[in-house]
Amino acid sequence: MNIPALTPATMRATPEMLVSGPDWDFDRLRRVHDAIEKIAVGQFGLDVYANQIEVITAEQMLDAYSSIGMPLMYKHWSFGKQFAQNEVMYRKGYRGLAYEIVINSSPCISYVMEENSMAMQTLVIAHAAFGHNHFFKNNQLFRQWTDADSILGYLDFAKSYIAKCEERHGHKAVERVLDAAHALMSHGVHRYPRKRLLDLRQEEKRERERQQYQESIYNDIWRTVPGMADAPLPPDEAARRKTRLRLPEENLLYFLEKVAPRLQPWQREILRIVRHLAQYFYPQQQTKVMNEGCATFVHYKTVEQLYDSGQLSEGAMLEILDSHTAVVRQLDFDHPHYSGINPYWLGFGMMSDIMRIATEPTDEDRAWFPAIAGNGDPWGTLRNVWRDYRDESFVLQFLSPHLMRKMKLFRLHDDADERELTVNAIHDERGYREVREALARSYDVGLQEPDIQIVDVDLAGDRRLVLHHRQRAGIPLEAEDARRVLRHIANLWGYPVRLVEVDAGNDRVTREYEDIEPRDPFV
Amino acid sequence: MDIVDRRLNPRGKSLANRQRFLRRARRHIQDAVRDAARGRGVADVAEGENISIPMDDLREPSFHHAGEGGVRDHVLPGNKQFVKGDKVPRPPSGGGGGGSQGSPDGGGEDEFRFVLSKDEFLDIFLEDLELPDLAKKAVKQTEFPAYARAGYSVTGSPASLSLVRTLRHSLSRRQALRRPSLSELEDLEARLAEAKAGDDAELVISLEAEHAKLLARRKRIPFIDPYDLRYKRFEPVPKPIAQAVMFCLMDVSGSMTESMKDLAKRFFMLLHLFLTRRYKHVEVVFIRHTHEAQEVDEQTFFYSTETGGTVVSTALEEMKRVIAKRYPPGSWNIYAAQASDGDNSSDDNGRAVTLLDQVLLPLSQYFAYIEVGSEDKDWTAPDTELWNAYKVLRKPGANMAMRKVRRRADIFPVFRDLFSRDRQAA
Repeated sequence: MNIPALTPATMRATPEMLVSGPDWDFDRLRRVHDAIEKIAVGQFGLDVYANQIEVITAEQMLDAYSSIGMPLMYKHWSFGKQFAQNEVMYRKGYRGLAYEIVINSSPCISYVMEENSMAMQTLVIAHAAFGHNHFFKNNQLFRQWTDADSILGYLDFAKSYIAKCEERHGHKAVERVLDAAHALMSHGVHRYPRKRLLDLRQEEKRERERQQYQESIYNDIWRTVPGMADAPLPPDEAARRKTRLRLPEENLLYFLEKVAPRLQPWQREILRIVRHLAQYFYPQQQTKVMNEGCATFVHYKTVEQLYDSGQLSEGAMLEILDSHTAVVRQLDFDHPHYSGINPYWLGFGMMSDIMRIATEPTDEDRAWFPAIAGNGDPWGTLRNVWRDYRDESFVLQFLSPHLMRKMKLFRLHDDADERELTVNAIHDERGYREVREALARSYDVGLQEPDIQIVDVDLAGDRRLVLHHRQRAGIPLEAEDARRVLRHIANLWGYPVRLVEVDAGNDRVTREYEDIEPRDPFV
Repeated sequence: MDIVDRRLNPRGKSLANRQRFLRRARRHIQDAVRDAARGRGVADVAEGENISIPMDDLREPSFHHAGEGGVRDHVLPGNKQFVKGDKVPRPPSGGGGGGSQGSPDGGGEDEFRFVLSKDEFLDIFLEDLELPDLAKKAVKQTEFPAYARAGYSVTGSPASLSLVRTLRHSLSRRQALRRPSLSELEDLEARLAEAKAGDDAELVISLEAEHAKLLARRKRIPFIDPYDLRYKRFEPVPKPIAQAVMFCLMDVSGSMTESMKDLAKRFFMLLHLFLTRRYKHVEVVFIRHTHEAQEVDEQTFFYSTETGGTVVSTALEEMKRVIAKRYPPGSWNIYAAQASDGDNSSDDNGRAVTLLDQVLLPLSQYFAYIEVGSEDKDWTAPDTELWNAYKVLRKPGANMAMRKVRRRADIFPVFRDLFSRDRQAA
């Protein structure tokens, strides 16, 4: 019998062995960081902000949790509530703490916990300081909407500004404004760059161009075609008012900040702060799968390299694999603990799949992905993907039939009017596109958040603000919470507010809420 | 790349948020604390507590889709046997067909659980009793060992450096090692300059050699050496520790209702709290009585009922017996609190008063009598017999207080007597 000689880990330890025991120290962190940098930047071609790695305790991690992961934050009771909640969960052992938190700033700050073993620190540095960092720096959404250089400075300003307001106007007054602003946070983002108002010269220019165009296409024959007598549209007061207020407006916080008649300057400034924060986090909501997928894929490939080049001991590798698998675990839909699709799993799965398609494609892949199949440049492909896509478009573009079969995805149709649910597409030839589209839609924030717009203000009359919820597929708002939010809006606006639910398909009114009067409005 | 060690940063970064949160939930927390205090033993009122409060004021609303209604598609992983066209029964509640979409934190929204620290609990507990701030401070005063100056030591923090001592040591060392002083040096330099002017080459050379030697010696022997450093030393001085015993006397006959007992219990809790802040070691003795008295444990004391008449003096006798047996007044501070609804058999009043006046009051630091009644009791009702009997003991300077308590907020005034500097009979 031939028994292969086992090599104990200590014997494999060479001078280059970076990670073997559980203990870490600052020098080793630095060396591991440098080794990972060589791989991630040198081999994978990642492009990252300078890293700043901060070592914190478990308690500080809890602190960071409750201020939405930011190193500084203004004070508000909801953060205290979150802290209390997390603390109970943590102390009772229901929930572990994240190994890291990473902040989209320049330099990119990653928090790592002191309790982590050296192997975990390696994983965390590869994951956060390179994976997330690359994504933050390169993805177009982050480039367009966030300013990594100034966010910490802005938070510093926000914190001291709100503290000053509390000093001057009292806790209670500030708290009420913040409560109201937080309630509207999900509807306080610009989804598109706003159109600039034209100035006079541009308007003239446009008018000229329009005339030239009219002249160039003028044909006398049209004059002879009988048509409807064109009645000039009466100058519509309502339409003019709407244009002047730039309605409809879906960024509720922005509208209230700019237009609400009775707010004090400091109250407007607080709305503005909360709105900026919402905007800062907006890309993160849209790229959860990609962001985590990118980080997970990078850490996986990095530690693979480290291990292969003998810089990682077997024990450390096993520990890393153990937590890696825990992170990318996906339960089946019928498992009692199923709680939705794990973004780590989906992102990591799809990126591994892209690598496979780029290097060893099947005929099916060539048919589905002619542009990338077999192009032999997996990292280049991935870098492009990370740069240009968000979750919705990423899934729509790159979820392959191969992966859908592997994940056994299926689509369940739920019509509230039917007694039963229908499986109307599964992972087969007929269903791939449908399943993929449905999954992509579930990552579209535009569809996940209710579409609420301010449509009119009766400025001449009782100044009532009218909001429309444009219902998609007949899905209504949660009424009780909606009323609470309306109350906040009414307080900010200072006059009554009405919400109407409208079917987006045919503009029929499906439900009208009663007018909500301001209770104790801000003045 | 930078690595920053943040572990030593000040803790409690979210403390301000927590205070705001507690303030927000004040009303609910007060209720919860009240309930918790009811369920607690007299001696462990000052522990932290895991409480849960309703979500009412803590809701953070936002516009979001309802869980039900409309047409939706769900994509789910792990298909096992479905093919296109299969019908699936709607899952029983909520979830909209997405399998189990239960909220991740389990319980749902109506209850919010978290832990109050000991201090926070106490704060709210005391607030409920409407203690003035001064009293609160006295109750909550934590015991720090006092530090007193105790000579000098060779180690310590820079702030406690003793300059005089250090320089004295430096001086004696410099003298012992014969460090050239500044004036010696200047003197030599003057002579050197003179010699140079006088053109005495030999003298110049010898003086220069000496000058170099002096300089070298000054360098070798420093002005202040770590050896010289002396720090003021402080020593923790233990405060004198006294022990106290607290007697809880209560009438448990049928006429005492639950709410009366609850009032009494709160008073006992407060007294205990006060004593534990004052004394290192506090023992509690529970004596209940009907027409006869016995020493019982806390559970029995508060929660079991007895039937029988009411003879107060039996409890006082029992207290006297326990004192004699276990708590010699020389080494124990004795406090007693008696709670009753004021009933007593009329022939017993005299005996009770004599017992108190002659025996117990001289032994005790303080004797508090609270007469509990229900809130709706008529205020104009005549005083009870026991009240009338005890009234004769109320004289200036006596260590006895008596109060009628109808509501929780009434409890404190009794306490004010205890805290006031020159104790006046109420």
